Amino acid sequence: MKKLVIYLMAEPETPELARAAVDGGADIVELGFPFSDPLAEGPVIRQASERALARGMRTRACLDVLARTRELVDVPIVPMTYAAILEAYGYERFADDAAAAGASSAIIVDLPVEVHPELRRIQLIAPTSTDQRIRAAAANTDGWLYVVSLTGTTGARKEVSQRLGTLVERTRELAPAGLPLYAGFGVSTPEHARAFAEVADGVVVGSRAVQIAEEGPAALRDYVASLRGELDRS
Amino acid sequence: MTTLFGDYGGRYVPETLIPALDELERGWRDALADDAFHAELQHLLTTYAGRPTPLTLSERFAPGKRVYLKREDLLHTGAHKLNNALGQAVLARRLGKHRIVAETGAGQHGVAAATVCARFGLECVVYMGEEDMRRQKPNVERMGLLGAEVRAVDFGTKTLKEATSEAIRDWITNVETTHYLIGSCVGPAPYPELVAELQSVIGREAREQFLAAEGKLPQVVVACVGGGSNAIGMFHGFLADEDVRLIGVEAAGAASLGTGRAGVLHGARSSILADEDGQIADAHSISAGLDYPGVGPEHAYLRDIGRVEYVGATDAEALAAFRDLARTEGIIPALEPAHALARARELDDDLILVCLSGRGDKDLAEVLAQ
Repeated sequence: MKKLVIYLMAEPETPELARAAVDGGADIVELGFPFSDPLAEGPVIRQASERALARGMRTRACLDVLARTRELVDVPIVPMTYAAILEAYGYERFADDAAAAGASSAIIVDLPVEVHPELRRIQLIAPTSTDQRIRAAAANTDGWLYVVSLTGTTGARKEVSQRLGTLVERTRELAPAGLPLYAGFGVSTPEHARAFAEVADGVVVGSRAVQIAEEGPAALRDYVASLRGELDRS
Repeated sequence: MTTLFGDYGGRYVPETLIPALDELERGWRDALADDAFHAELQHLLTTYAGRPTPLTLSERFAPGKRVYLKREDLLHTGAHKLNNALGQAVLARRLGKHRIVAETGAGQHGVAAATVCARFGLECVVYMGEEDMRRQKPNVERMGLLGAEVRAVDFGTKTLKEATSEAIRDWITNVETTHYLIGSCVGPAPYPELVAELQSVIGREAREQFLAAEGKLPQVVVACVGGGSNAIGMFHGFLADEDVRLIGVEAAGAASLGTGRAGVLHGARSSILADEDGQIADAHSISAGLDYPGVGPEHAYLRDIGRVEYVGATDAEALAAFRDLARTEGIIPALEPAHALARARELDDDLILVCLSGRGDKDLAEVLAQ
């Protein structure tokens, strides 16, 4: 069965939203720890970051949201953030405190595979990655590999990236057999999710989920269920 | 391959950009080893940009001292930024990139980027904060005349920090066709090193000119520091001269080195203005070019090893120096180097070299409104 990963920004309401996402069929929750200058984010997640920061969502508060979410859902929760946050908090301390709060691994968007190799984390690859870099990311990743489907920032796109298929194929040849490849960036509709799932082992949905989450848990559950339904048909 | 300045520098960017930075670093090493690259750049610097720029003894600005001004304000486009833009444009062409993206604060780098793109027939997109577009309007108009597209950044601080983030996001999106022409010695490796090398022509010329004028080296060299490219270019000429005191002057409200802490911003680890959680703080300066919460990683390193002193100057001090230089020397400086002038004239030393990094036409509206 294809995996469905849903990204939510860490805010006081997030535990209930995460529960709704899991009720709708999410297999993994990515929990965004907001950063003031998120280079990989398009407008939706950038604005969500600004809003969360304005509400005081600093690292400690995000870890508290993580712990409260852990009490409500039983799927893996993966903090997703930027190196600046770990530089300030301490890499080892972050790993320890996130694990204590119930996190499974982490995704650090701007930490290339060769930097801070001691931090166990889910590595990312992109269409521009060389074979050598894909091998290194696959060898060092923690559980699954995050396949960035396009060159660009996060956010909805009309069409599915033409490059996803090639990138996944190339990665399967370079990665250890059986390593799960979950693809994201540019997925917003059930049709996108299904197209992604035809090549990858799972789909990551971020910006659109963050937008729908603003409408509340019921809307998010329905949205995630619509993605889940299409994935299960693929 | 990534260069570190002590614990500073490095590459903190999404994976999408790493292969492009590797390509840039290889292209840069190849260019450095290629006489044809140096010859082409040298030809452009002399026949197009107007190098060498003169060294002017200011006789009335700081009575009783011999304060020399390195006249980067007389360079084509009116600031030192062109040294870097020309070098990177030549490099971009070697890399086969036909589109240039750049960020700008005061607009001087944006104008330099637009200028070299016009000269070489490259597509040029410049990101600029809305607040900076307001206070540096003449430069926005110049960029338009030169054929560049200026894209307003209307969120966050609406200044150089956000413009830089948006330029990097554009680069992530268009990385295969686009060269990111960064304007200062900041950003992921190899940019800080590359920009410093391209700006080091300032220090090389100034050292030679100072020796010719005085028969000895200056006691102190002073330059303003925002991202820090004019300062690093000037200081590189004197780092080996241990008896020469080097002083970098930051805007008091944007003192990344004076009051900042170690952290990550725009792809590099450096000294930055941030809170204890690593969230970037707002900088405040009357000078758009210094209004930035980060600084080049090499400056953080030079501070830590004690080779360069970094001090601050307030908006009011810079404004006073701006007006005084205009009235005593007939030179209207940019507000950025006015910060360096403000500190330089208070020094106890007699033989002083100041980097006059740009001219002040762009600042008239802002200054006259004060």
